[in-house]
Amino acid sequence: MKFLTTNFVTCAVKGCLSSLEAFPLKYEDCQLVQEETEYKPEFISHMLERLEWNAIVQVAKDLGNDSLPATKPEGLDPIMEDSQAVLKDLHTLLMETQIVEGKMSCRNCGHVYHIKNSIPNFLLPPHLC
Amino acid sequence: MKDYLIYFAQAYPNFRRAEIESLAQLHGISIDMSHHDEQNPFLIVQLENDLQAQQIMERSVLGRGIYELWGQGKDLDELHASVKESSHDKFELYKQASFKFDFIGYMGSRSNKTKFAMIESFSFLAFEGPIRMKNPDEIFTVLEEYKVTGNDKATTPERMWFGRQIQLSARVGNILDKYDLRRRKYIGTTSFDAELSLVSCNIAQVDQGKFTYDPFAGTGSFLVAAANYGGISIGSDIDIRTLRGKSDQCNIKANFNQYGTSLQFVDVLTMDFTNNALRQSLCIDTIVCDPPYGVREGLKVCGAKDPEKAAGRENVVIDGEKAHLRRDFIQPKKPYQLSNLLDDLLRFSASRLPVGGRLAFWMPTANDDFEINQIPQHAQLELIYNLEQEFNKWSRRLLVYVKRDESYVGQTSNGLKSQGIKDFRERYFNGFSEKSR
Ligand SMILES: C[S@@+](CC[C@H](N)C(=O)[O-])C[C@H]1O[C@@H](n2cnc3c(N)ncnc32)[C@H](O)[C@@H]1O
Repeated sequence: MKFLTTNFVTCAVKGCLSSLEAFPLKYEDCQLVQEETEYKPEFISHMLERLEWNAIVQVAKDLGNDSLPATKPEGLDPIMEDSQAVLKDLHTLLMETQIVEGKMSCRNCGHVYHIKNSIPNFLLPPHLC
Repeated sequence: MKDYLIYFAQAYPNFRRAEIESLAQLHGISIDMSHHDEQNPFLIVQLENDLQAQQIMERSVLGRGIYELWGQGKDLDELHASVKESSHDKFELYKQASFKFDFIGYMGSRSNKTKFAMIESFSFLAFEGPIRMKNPDEIFTVLEEYKVTGNDKATTPERMWFGRQIQLSARVGNILDKYDLRRRKYIGTTSFDAELSLVSCNIAQVDQGKFTYDPFAGTGSFLVAAANYGGISIGSDIDIRTLRGKSDQCNIKANFNQYGTSLQFVDVLTMDFTNNALRQSLCIDTIVCDPPYGVREGLKVCGAKDPEKAAGRENVVIDGEKAHLRRDFIQPKKPYQLSNLLDDLLRFSASRLPVGGRLAFWMPTANDDFEINQIPQHAQLELIYNLEQEFNKWSRRLLVYVKRDESYVGQTSNGLKSQGIKDFRERYFNGFSEKSR
C-alpha cells in the first residue's frame, strides 16, 4: 500500500464514513519499504490538488516523519528549482513509500484493519456490517 | 465544417457510435453520427479541422482511421471527377510534400499492377514532392468498398473514396496485441478481454489524470486499460487472493510494469464494495467495472450467513486479543443479490461522481426474459448507452450513465427487483431453461 493511498481511505464502518475523527486512520506497527518508481513532477503537482494535506501530515507523523510543513505546498512549478526539490521529496513519500505490513485503526470506533503483503484489508467482521 | 471519412474495424459495430461520440465529447467536439449504419464500415462526418479528426481517432479501438475527404464515386472515373471538382484548391497545399499512396479495400482488393495504374491515374494532382514509403509528410488513401455475393470474389468496388490520412487509430497501432490477455503476466478466469475493456474505458471517458475506480477489480483488467489512457487507477475487490496474484512477477502490479504505466497505479484494496472505505470527499471521476454475477466468482458481501449462530462472536478473545481484530481473522461472507448490488453501485456512483462523470458497467441478461426496465436507474444518473453483446441465450450489456446536476430528475428504479427476475446465475446454470425462469 502506497503512502498516497492512506489519503484516500477511511473507516469502512457505515457510522464512521462521515465522522471527522475517522480520517485519516491511525497507522501503527508499520513496516515500510522504499520502492523506486518513475518520477514525473507534473504528476505529483496534479496529485497534490487531490490530497487532504492535514491527513498527509498526520500519517507521516504516525510513521515517524515530522518534517512536513503544516500547510500544503502551493504554487509548485516543476520548472522552478526550489519546487523541484519539494516535488521530488513528495514523490519519494507518496509514491515510493510502501507500507508492507501494519495496522490501521479508526480514531472514531477503534476498529483495527491490517495491511498484509502490501494490501490493506478493509473487510469487516459481521457485527460491524 | 469539412467532410472527413471514418473507416471502422469489423468489430462490435453497435459500440462504434458510443465510442466515437464519447471521445469527441471528451475533447469538446460535437459530432453528428445519427446516420451511422452498423452494416457499413465507412462513415462521412463533419468536423471543424484536422485536429478534431485526430482527437476522435487517436484513442479509438473500433475505428481504424480518419481521412480528410477529397472525393468519392462509384468508379475511378467518378472518383477523379469528384476530387477535381471538390478538392482542386487543396492540390497546391501539398504540392511539395513528400507522400505515398495507400489502398484500403473492404471485402476486396486490387493487384499491385492495378494499384500502380491507379496511382498513375491520379497524376492530375500534379504533386511534385518526393515519394517516400517511410514517414512521408502525407499519405493519400484510396478506400474501396466491395460487395460480395455468394462465394464469388468481387472484382470491382461499389464505392470509392479518396482522402488524405489524418490519423490512424490505437487499434491500427496494435493496442490489442499489446493488451492481449495471452501475453499479460497476470490473468485469471475473470479477466476481461482487452478489446472491450479498452472500449469500455473510452466510452467511460477515462482520461489523463482522472481517477478511475473499479470496485470489482479482480485481476485488474479495467485498471490497466484505464491507465493506458492516462487514468489514475484504484481498484478494490472482496477476494484478497485475486488481488494478491501468484507472485511478485505475476500480480496486478507486474501487469502495470509490463505496460509501463506503474505510475498510474495507485493501489488495490481488499474491500467489500457495500462497506466502502474510500473517503467520501475523494473525487472519483470515472467508475468502470464488471460486477460479480456469480458465474465465475461468487457474489458475496461481508456478514454472517446465520446471524443467530454468529451472535456474540465479537466477544471471542484469543491470546488476550479480540479475535476479529487479529491479523489472521477471516471475515465471514454471505450471499447477496445482484439486483441489490447494482442498486448499491448506482447509489455510490450518484454520490461520488462529479457532475458529468461516467459510470460504465457490464450487466448480464437472459435473452428470453429481458425487458428494458430491468436496467437499473437512479434519479441523478442519466443512462446514455445500453450496448449489447449477444451470446447464444444471454447477453451482456455495457451500461453507461452520466451523473447529472440537481436540475436533472430521473427515476430511480430496479426492474430486476420489482419484477422478481431470477438471479442471472441461476438461469445460467440451468441453461436458461423455461423452468428456471
Ligand atoms: C466479474 S469479476 C470482475 C473481474 C475483473 N474485471 C477482472 O479483471 O478480473 C467480479 C469480481 O467481483 C468480486 N466481488 C464479489 N463480491 C464483491 C463485493 N461484495 N465487493 C467487492 N468485490 C466483490 C469478485 O471477487 C470478482 O473478482
